[in-house]
Amino acid sequence: MATITLKDLVKAYGDTEVLHHVAADIQDGEFLVIVGPSGCGKSTLLRMIAGLETVTSGEVSIGDRMVNKLEPADRDIAMVFQNYALYPHMSVRENMAYGLKIRKIDKGEINRRVEEAADILELRPYLDRKPRQLSGGQRQRVAMGRAIVRDPQVFLFDEPLSNLDAKLRVQMRLEIRKLQQKLGVTSIYVTHDQVEAMTLGDRLMVLNGGYVEQLGTPIELYDRPATVFVAGFIGSPAMNLITVEASENQLKLPNGAYLEGGNDLGKVTLGIRPEHLVSDGIGPIRVTVQLFEQLGANTLLHGVLEGTDCDIVASLPGHVSASAGTVMCFSVQAQNLHIFDIQTGKRIGA
Amino acid sequence: MVENRPILGVISHLVLILGVVIVALPIWITFVASTHDAVRMTQVPIPLLPGSHFIENFKETLFGTGLSSSAGAPVWRMLLNSMTMALMIAFGKISISLISAFAIVYFKFPFRMGFFWMIFITLMLPVEVRILPTFEVVANLGMLNSYWGLSIPLIASATATFMFRQVFLTIPDEMLESARIDGAGPMRFFWDILIPLSRTNIAALFVILFIYGWNQYLWPLLITTDSDMTTIVVSIKQMLEAAEQSPKWNIIMMTALLAMIPPVFVVVAMQRLFVQGLTETDK
Ligand SMILES: Nc1ncnc2c1ncn2[C@@H]1O[C@H](COP(=O)(O)OP(=O)(O)OP(=O)(O)O)[C@@H](O)[C@H]1O
Ligand SMILES: [Mg+2]
Repeated sequence: MATITLKDLVKAYGDTEVLHHVAADIQDGEFLVIVGPSGCGKSTLLRMIAGLETVTSGEVSIGDRMVNKLEPADRDIAMVFQNYALYPHMSVRENMAYGLKIRKIDKGEINRRVEEAADILELRPYLDRKPRQLSGGQRQRVAMGRAIVRDPQVFLFDEPLSNLDAKLRVQMRLEIRKLQQKLGVTSIYVTHDQVEAMTLGDRLMVLNGGYVEQLGTPIELYDRPATVFVAGFIGSPAMNLITVEASENQLKLPNGAYLEGGNDLGKVTLGIRPEHLVSDGIGPIRVTVQLFEQLGANTLLHGVLEGTDCDIVASLPGHVSASAGTVMCFSVQAQNLHIFDIQTGKRIGA
Repeated sequence: MVENRPILGVISHLVLILGVVIVALPIWITFVASTHDAVRMTQVPIPLLPGSHFIENFKETLFGTGLSSSAGAPVWRMLLNSMTMALMIAFGKISISLISAFAIVYFKFPFRMGFFWMIFITLMLPVEVRILPTFEVVANLGMLNSYWGLSIPLIASATATFMFRQVFLTIPDEMLESARIDGAGPMRFFWDILIPLSRTNIAALFVILFIYGWNQYLWPLLITTDSDMTTIVVSIKQMLEAAEQSPKWNIIMMTALLAMIPPVFVVVAMQRLFVQGLTETDK
């Protein structure tokens, strides 16, 4: 078990820099999730920590050791890959034991550890099968088992669930979380799925285009997104982002209505979460209904601000319906308004 | 395509039977010829049913001097020569190609692609094309009339290198990475993972190369002057040309039959792996 420190980490392929000055302190036993859209550099960052990619500049430390120059095998880490990367010609048992065998660990000890891991992961009946005789979920567990038997200081996961179907994914997500809590091993988990990120992580690192947009707990990210990007990325359905005019403590919406809040800031981006729009019949946010999505427990309303083409999504409790074209009125509490600089995308104010 | 039409069934059987006859008849004649005595074989028409001299011919061929006139070595010696040469060629080609493909795919070194193309270009230079210079080199190295001389010039193989390169390229990078995390160095990765994963391809290649080596004619003919070193394929031809007497067909056919056995054995023994190697895509 160990802390991980990333200092000013940069990765460049030739002249193109794909990771820009990433810094983070990961606590002992913490579960950090790296999340971001495809191509933002999540895997690259994880692989630099694993030692599979070279570090262009900056430092990676695991525990108190600077590991920049260490081979992956010497970093005391275990990694679970998206396609599991099991050795197809070895049985489940051999797959799990391979790393230990290379480390010349005593046979009895290897067996003990493999069987212990197999019990934790309920893989006992499959120990003598080949990977191709297993289902996707079982293979995934073998990949986890291979990581566990090593008893490493750090677990690294690169989208380990993305090859599973939706239901199994939810189940494995819980299992991974439980396992990590039980073993207390510092873990870094890469995903592009924000729901997975929110449910798994003690903290989330949101990456975008190689920059760290925000690093914080799921609730911090949800309640106080630091940038427009995080605001749009975290939360489902996504936050409504509207360009508004701020003057004299008032925000002027594109349809001419005013909301309390803001300062003399000129043009800003206003963010309102769909679940924070309250339908009260008198509010200033007048929305022309286009369609409803009935989800059972709540209803998603898709529409536009009256008289404009500015899209609005509202999440309303219970069952709601109205014909397309009707206008519904919403209000928002002042503390649920998020205001961002229109140029930098950075959050303004509390 | 599964169809159930009686006429079609009959026709396809006829075609197949015809094919079998065309392929099998010469082999049958070879067999029949090897079971008669020398006299019967000089008479017309040639026999179509087996005679009673099989054991006799077998002994004479395998342990006798082949043809009484030539000072030839016994056929078992030639079988041994052929076997040694074919095995050396097959194993040599496979090991060298495995190692060079490993180097080309998994290591970064200066002029890597240059080397790859150099190997590739040798595809255009089979033994027949470079026979004079190769002979010169082998002669200068004093390898005439030796197993080394028979096999080494035939060992370099662009085809096999290229094939193993393709096989290695289909193995996902994550396999290498997870081996690295497991602490496997390059040689362990090669032995524990690459070799088992290319097992079926190695088997398929072994069959092809063994037969290739077994059937070599021109090169052994050129560099073996000592009759102790002749290979079976060369010697069959020599028996036919044996001077001042009519060919002893029964002995020649028995030799041909014996020459067929090892390749057939290799194919039959390796068949399962061979077919897997050519069709398998599961990595
Ligand atoms: N070998 C390479 N050479 C050049 N550019 C590369 C190389 N590998 C990755 N990149 C670039 O680095 C960026 C980050 O890649 P990375 O694989 O880390 O993305 P990711 O966030 O994991 O995406 P995904 O969710 O699709 O897996 C991408 O823009 C990619 O094009
Ligand atoms: Mg990735």
